[in-house]
Amino acid sequence: MEAHHLTALIVEDDKVIRTVHGRMLNNIAIKNQAVENGQEAVDIHCSGQSFDLILMDRDMPIMNGIEATKKLRSMGIRSTIIGVSTRSEEIHINEYMEAGLDGYLEKPLNIEKLNSIVQKINQHSE
Amino acid sequence: MDGIVQMQRQLIDYTDSLIREGFLDDQFNQLQLLQDESNPDFVVEVVNLFFEDAERLLNELTKALSQASIDFKRLDAHVHQLKGSSSSIGAHRVHRVCISFRNSCEELNVEGCLKNLQQVKHEYSLVKSKLETLFRMEQQILAAGGSVSR
Repeated sequence: MEAHHLTALIVEDDKVIRTVHGRMLNNIAIKNQAVENGQEAVDIHCSGQSFDLILMDRDMPIMNGIEATKKLRSMGIRSTIIGVSTRSEEIHINEYMEAGLDGYLEKPLNIEKLNSIVQKINQHSE
Repeated sequence: MDGIVQMQRQLIDYTDSLIREGFLDDQFNQLQLLQDESNPDFVVEVVNLFFEDAERLLNELTKALSQASIDFKRLDAHVHQLKGSSSSIGAHRVHRVCISFRNSCEELNVEGCLKNLQQVKHEYSLVKSKLETLFRMEQQILAAGGSVSR
């Protein structure tokens, strides 16, 4: 699946997961960076950077994924934001989606899930 | 050459048995697919990261459960982290115990938490030793001039 030089931001507090998701994105030629919590995700956008895709973990210290997503949307960030979490209950998913996500995926990500995200980004930009 | 083929066969059988017995799940296969010539040590590196992370978290959990007054929120936060990182490398049994552990935290069940801590330490040490065996087998094949591509 062609990724057309897309860029991504991984927002994730766990180092193991950051490494795995980073390698998966590299594997489909998506240039990526990682930050460790929602506040850092907001700060990196305030410094002027932008990304085609944001993989936003839900549960993080300092600022969680729900707060960070709301903040980024209120800042006018229109990137594809995919919420990533281990929670599977509908009530939690809905709450997270309502923060402004374009999609939601259960951790851990795999190659198939990432390909579905790339499709979403390509649709988003059409 | 026969020796290498036999070792490769044994490695495949060993990996399959770990998946059959539930120590590892498909996520581990996903990691192996991410390993290639430009990232030849990816699996070992990520698994070693997991070992460091897990050992730190297990220490934190032990400390948290030995306090006079237990902070269940803090306990739950550590278990949640371990749950996430174990599932990201396919450490299936560790992940499963973490799910029970989170339930015990939610129920403020001290006995349950203590039992779960013992279980997670046990499952962690099992999967660690099995993964170390798997990596040793890979090293032997590589040392003999064979390859371990999937």
